[in-house]
Amino acid sequence: MARNVSTQRKLVTTVLAWTIGILIFFPILWTFLTSFKTEAQAIASPPAFLFFDWTTENYFEVQSRSDYFKHFMNSVVVSFGSTLLGLLIAIPSAWAMAFSPTKRTKDVLMWMLSTKMMPPVGVLVPMYLIFRNTGLLDTRSGLVMVLTLINLPIIIWMLYTYFKEIPGEILEAARMDGASLAKEIIYVLTPMAIPGIASTLLLNIILAWNEAFWTLNLSAAKAAPLTAFIASYSSPEGLFYAKLSAASTMAIAPILILGWFSQKQLVRGLTFGAVK
Amino acid sequence: MGSITLKNVSKVFGAHAVIPSIDLDINDGEFVVFVGPSGCGKSTLLRLIAGLEDVSDGAIVIDGKNATELPPAKRGLSMVFQSYALYPHMSVRANIAFPLKMAGEDKAVIDKKVEDAARVLNLTDYLDRKPRQLSGGQRQRVAIGRAIVRQPEAFLFDEPLSNLDAALRVNMRLEISQLHQQLKTTMVYVTHDQVEAMTMADKIVVLNRGRIEQVGSPLELYHRPDNLFVAGFIGSPKMNFISGGPAASHQAHTIGVRPEHLVLSKDHGMWQGTVGVAEHLGSDTFLHVNADGIGTMTARVSGDFAVTHGDRVFLTPDPQRLHRFDEKGLAIR
Amino acid sequence: MGDAMATLHTRSAARLMIAPSVLLLLAWMIVPLALTIYFSLLRYNLLMPGMEEFAGLTNYTYFLTDPAFFQAVFNTLAIVLGVLFITVVGGIGLALLLDQPMFGQGIVRILVIAPFLIMPTVAALVWKNMFMNPVNGLFAWLAKLVGLQPFDFLANAPLFSIILIVAWQWLPFATLILLTALQSLDEEQKEAAQMDGAGALSRFIYLVLPHLSRAITVVILIQTIFLLSVFAEILVTTNGGPGTQSTTLTFLVYAQALLQFDVGGASAGGIIAVILANIVAFFLMRMIGKTLEA
Repeated sequence: MARNVSTQRKLVTTVLAWTIGILIFFPILWTFLTSFKTEAQAIASPPAFLFFDWTTENYFEVQSRSDYFKHFMNSVVVSFGSTLLGLLIAIPSAWAMAFSPTKRTKDVLMWMLSTKMMPPVGVLVPMYLIFRNTGLLDTRSGLVMVLTLINLPIIIWMLYTYFKEIPGEILEAARMDGASLAKEIIYVLTPMAIPGIASTLLLNIILAWNEAFWTLNLSAAKAAPLTAFIASYSSPEGLFYAKLSAASTMAIAPILILGWFSQKQLVRGLTFGAVK
Repeated sequence: MGSITLKNVSKVFGAHAVIPSIDLDINDGEFVVFVGPSGCGKSTLLRLIAGLEDVSDGAIVIDGKNATELPPAKRGLSMVFQSYALYPHMSVRANIAFPLKMAGEDKAVIDKKVEDAARVLNLTDYLDRKPRQLSGGQRQRVAIGRAIVRQPEAFLFDEPLSNLDAALRVNMRLEISQLHQQLKTTMVYVTHDQVEAMTMADKIVVLNRGRIEQVGSPLELYHRPDNLFVAGFIGSPKMNFISGGPAASHQAHTIGVRPEHLVLSKDHGMWQGTVGVAEHLGSDTFLHVNADGIGTMTARVSGDFAVTHGDRVFLTPDPQRLHRFDEKGLAIR
Repeated sequence: MGDAMATLHTRSAARLMIAPSVLLLLAWMIVPLALTIYFSLLRYNLLMPGMEEFAGLTNYTYFLTDPAFFQAVFNTLAIVLGVLFITVVGGIGLALLLDQPMFGQGIVRILVIAPFLIMPTVAALVWKNMFMNPVNGLFAWLAKLVGLQPFDFLANAPLFSIILIVAWQWLPFATLILLTALQSLDEEQKEAAQMDGAGALSRFIYLVLPHLSRAITVVILIQTIFLLSVFAEILVTTNGGPGTQSTTLTFLVYAQALLQFDVGGASAGGIIAVILANIVAFFLMRMIGKTLEA
């Protein structure tokens, strides 16, 4: 049966969907526009949408005043570091659970996921004290460790669901062909799971980039990633809308661009491998 | 060389004995087919030989050496899987080369062996393609290529043709048989299809519920089935079984007559019946006859035997080819 | 058949490979939690070092009788349920819309995904200053445009405002999961239902909704995990106020620990938060377990 959708109906859907899409996106667009205004234009009433004197001075000012690049590098190191470390630990585990399951595998997975249910405040105090006493407070490596731990269950879960889709026979074939376990994982499983691993990588970089409990509480001036850098604009300085917008744009742009460029992996990853 | 001996091999999953205990000898160069209905343990048996599963008890001896504890890679066996299990991210060349690469062979040696295998299997033009760009039959050949480059002691095939369409299946059947004649390497082949078993095997092992029902050449099994199960499983259409009065007159609990061993006549014979469905194949016709007092029987007659639905016919078994079984289902000889 | 590769070798290798994750997560769960329990039984303030003493359950009674505690529990639940409601209902609607044929679907999808990629601190600050600010915000301008008095969202409806901001961040997630699930609905099933004379509404109720149940469960599970610990959005907008009107359990413990330096009290609060989260988790896991098994 052919599905005949009238052009008229398609037009109505298009207009509706675009309107909603733009409304949802509007706060980001508005931030982006405001970042190019002068402070006076930023709070002008009625607000100027496109017809104002575009300027990039806010960006330079944010960089010179709060050293954007330092925080940017902190974010990069912390989010990539924790995700890669997490993958390194999680790939073997996910292999084990997907291809050598036992009666307890499901329980172990559920338990791992349940560690995510533990509210971070439950362990805030000891973590803070441990970090303070071991000199990990306000260090990148400290943040990498914590973010690895909090995202590990998600990484394992996602990899597990992706690995489950790979037929066990192919790994058995590798075994028959003389591959050791390490070679089986490196030459056969990992390349086959590249799309899934990419989605996992991407989603966890995003989660780590945007993580705003541990990064706010365990970092100060030195290791603060962009989440904390932006939080400093909640003080009265925040009233400078144009500079706030410039700082915000710089904080979100890297991940926004990364997300858009790898939309396919992102969409796949967003479902945490749980929905097909 | 490639002889395989199973001594008292058993496999237990939890409380369930998939294979209670099996003894079997596979001679070097033999084409052995494990055949049986699904769930009979034939694939498990193959996986035990391969080393993909541990035996619960017993020993597996390959080429005179105890291989029971060896990992799959060290047993010198190659396997062709039901799904072909090709590495989707590798080219055909890399797929076939993989076992050699794992064995640490020289690059030049690998290239030569891969080219040779590709030539034998008509894959030369496809060496740089990915598996997904190949047809089912070509994938099958890549899987076989990957198996032969290593020059194993024996090949293991796990239902390799079940994913192919009927015409291709007949072709590949022939190709595998030819390959066996060329290489003269031991092959162990698992299938649920008795036609494959009959056409390819030197020796058939009929399995049922984890036990060996009978071992023999195709014709031995056809002519002298040891029991009801083998009699019913081997041969197509299935053997007709009759118990009660007609069987008692032959001093048996059950008698069996193959459809091709029933003589049909329109006017005289031992049993009378009505034609139900007639399946015309052209050369032959399969008649499903409702025999009075006996039940439905299948008869295979020449294609020119003209009857239709509702006709009365007479059936007479060939007395030389009548199979007699006792109450335990064992053949009376 | 045969998915489980079962030789002794692979099984022991598997155990070895799963060990690092299990040990790390076990340590992560047990060590800090044990310390929290220990601290919760002490009178321990960072401003008075060396004065630690055993305090029994005083910290707990103190925390549980604090009126702010009940407010915080209520606020936490309100945020979780409010955001879940908005995102699930809105997500279903949006997913149904995006599943229709249209021009530029890819671009609309990019627009809709965007809020998920925004860090919470940025989202909250942008909404707080540029939209909800009663003087310079866009909402104030819109209100004046239609002749209304500008509304001070964060002062007069702090909880609602925070729910709105968080829902904006999570709506893309719900939408995308539901859209993915929707697209996997067999076209022939829909056509069969159409042939059976089912209208659009009954197709939605009897076909689409049951098909989405697994996806909805996933949305609820994952969002709840993250929503129970919403923090940054409160920190940079209301700071828990006015009063304790927008203080959640997470924020209350944070304030106790890092603003008042009361380690004992904060630890007791943390343990209470863990217990409450476990109660939620228990019901959630049962629900998930059932749906995911199916």
